[in-house]
Amino acid sequence: MRRPEPLIFEISKPGRKAYSLPALDVPAKSIDELLPQGELRKQPAELPEVSEVDLVRHFTRLSQLNHGVDIGFYPLGSCTMKYNPKINEYAANLPGFNRIHPYVPEDLAQGALQLMYELQYYLAEIAGMDHVSLQPAAGAHGELAGILIIRAYHRSRNDLKRTKILIPDSAHGTNPASAALAGYTVVELPTDERGGVDVEALEAAMDETVAGLMLTNPNTLGLFDENIQRIEKIVHDRGGLLYYDGANANAILGISRPGDMGFDVLHFNLHKTFGTPHGGGGPGSGPVAVKDFLEPFLPVPTVVYEDGKYRLNYDRPHTIGQMKSFYGNFLVMVKAYAYIRSLGPDGLRQASRDAVLNANYLLSRVRDYYDVPYDRYCKHEFVVAPLKIKKETGVRTLDISKRLLDYGVHPPTNYFPLIVDEALMIEPTETESKETLDYFADALIAIAKEAYEDPDKVKSAPHTTVVGRLDEAGAARNLNIRWRKPE
Amino acid sequence: MNYPEDLKYTKEHEWVKVENGKARVGITAYAQDQLGDVVFVELPEVGTEVKAGAMFGTVESVKAVSDVYAPVSGTIVEVNEALNDAPELVNEEPYEGGWMIVIEMSDPAELDNLMDSADYQKMVEEGGE
Repeated sequence: MRRPEPLIFEISKPGRKAYSLPALDVPAKSIDELLPQGELRKQPAELPEVSEVDLVRHFTRLSQLNHGVDIGFYPLGSCTMKYNPKINEYAANLPGFNRIHPYVPEDLAQGALQLMYELQYYLAEIAGMDHVSLQPAAGAHGELAGILIIRAYHRSRNDLKRTKILIPDSAHGTNPASAALAGYTVVELPTDERGGVDVEALEAAMDETVAGLMLTNPNTLGLFDENIQRIEKIVHDRGGLLYYDGANANAILGISRPGDMGFDVLHFNLHKTFGTPHGGGGPGSGPVAVKDFLEPFLPVPTVVYEDGKYRLNYDRPHTIGQMKSFYGNFLVMVKAYAYIRSLGPDGLRQASRDAVLNANYLLSRVRDYYDVPYDRYCKHEFVVAPLKIKKETGVRTLDISKRLLDYGVHPPTNYFPLIVDEALMIEPTETESKETLDYFADALIAIAKEAYEDPDKVKSAPHTTVVGRLDEAGAARNLNIRWRKPE
Repeated sequence: MNYPEDLKYTKEHEWVKVENGKARVGITAYAQDQLGDVVFVELPEVGTEVKAGAMFGTVESVKAVSDVYAPVSGTIVEVNEALNDAPELVNEEPYEGGWMIVIEMSDPAELDNLMDSADYQKMVEEGGE
């Protein structure tokens, strides 16, 4: 297969440079005099040598091979690939934020600290919680912080027999991973026929050995758990705490609050719900929010306001410790702050309403062509499965996803949640026009028909992308990600 | 689909073959078909104690990572090291080269709790779990 773009090592020519330095104006010294022998390379590193223009072209061409939310529709369920407003980038590029050094004295960082303090307050208000730490660097990192807070709480009461965390079988895989990393045994709860937590199973599992329940609401099926009040009572009555996975918070802004549902700890994903980029545009951010009684356990430092000044508080004897170097991913906080301030309370509520409306519109357009395992009004996302199509034509979810690439859209999340066979998990987000939603629905419907008329075309897709169907099993079994110099 | 008659089966789609009083364990043809191409199998070390119904390893396919459960209790006396380099054996020969562990059973009566070939086939064909 011809690769669409060579590796940067393959265009390297000895002596080419993408930089030029001025003439040396101090006495030259050999590196041997400056560094101890043990620290010096014996062979020079084989870095690629390219000119500036070739370097720029290489990475620009690579970026053109990529799909992103600025290029096309991206309905990747539970990931909330919403459009990232450019004003957020403007705010994050202000030199007072962008060029600040983490060691700058507090007196000279009052603006940055004020922004963090106010963002903590906004997120607490949106969540219905009392206190926030902005430190965790991503969603799963926030989960770990939250579960460590739950553990610290039980330990502070000398309640040491709670060794389990309950997690529904529809949960994101990060939930059991975070609980296990915090030292807990994971107990899986089944889903009932309405798509919510099986309350009877919860009744049976919830005892004095359970530290808490992790719940996503709406869950990964895009369904709001109608029994949340019963669930809350069962867990709290028996001494457990409730953790809210905020991955699906794009459905609830300004409409319902996890704190009001009875949750004790939660994390938000600023890169999902609050309009900051995923991946390439900047790292994630997973703030944790807690009720008052858990405040002593929050990570250090927190941002506080005292005597007319903002400062970082490290004096927190019951803290779970520091989750990340310095204060978290600060510029992501700036973007989320800009997002919240530019939309305001009514705008955030409208965003959630539109996200839910768009998902229900898409579901109504495709439900006659795909199986719907839990057929209810959905929240911001929904799950369908080509079960009849697979049985009658052999075309599977993976094939449909690959074929969608030929229509110029990113596929939905595949094969998740695990409780739905051949799942296609679709989350359109609030910013898409009716034309875009119709284009996507028409593509899904067209592929459902192609499966019967020309199944091989779907099974061998994609056909119009730069690279065709990849051998994913082969790639995973024989991982080869290192360039080696040809002999 | 293939359901050898000399094996016992679990609801979680593992099979057991009793050989010289020991239990050889793997996952069924149906299980590997549902998982898709297997790319990694993580197994415990020889000497590990396992309990019937408890997880003993994980199977990673291009679709998902799944736990595998011990059909009977006992001590692991053999592990299929070939799966480290050739996880595809689970897909290609689920009942032969794709075996995972051999258990020295602590309570052979637990075998009576497992399904025979006909019952397992019935469960799978009725939609199963």
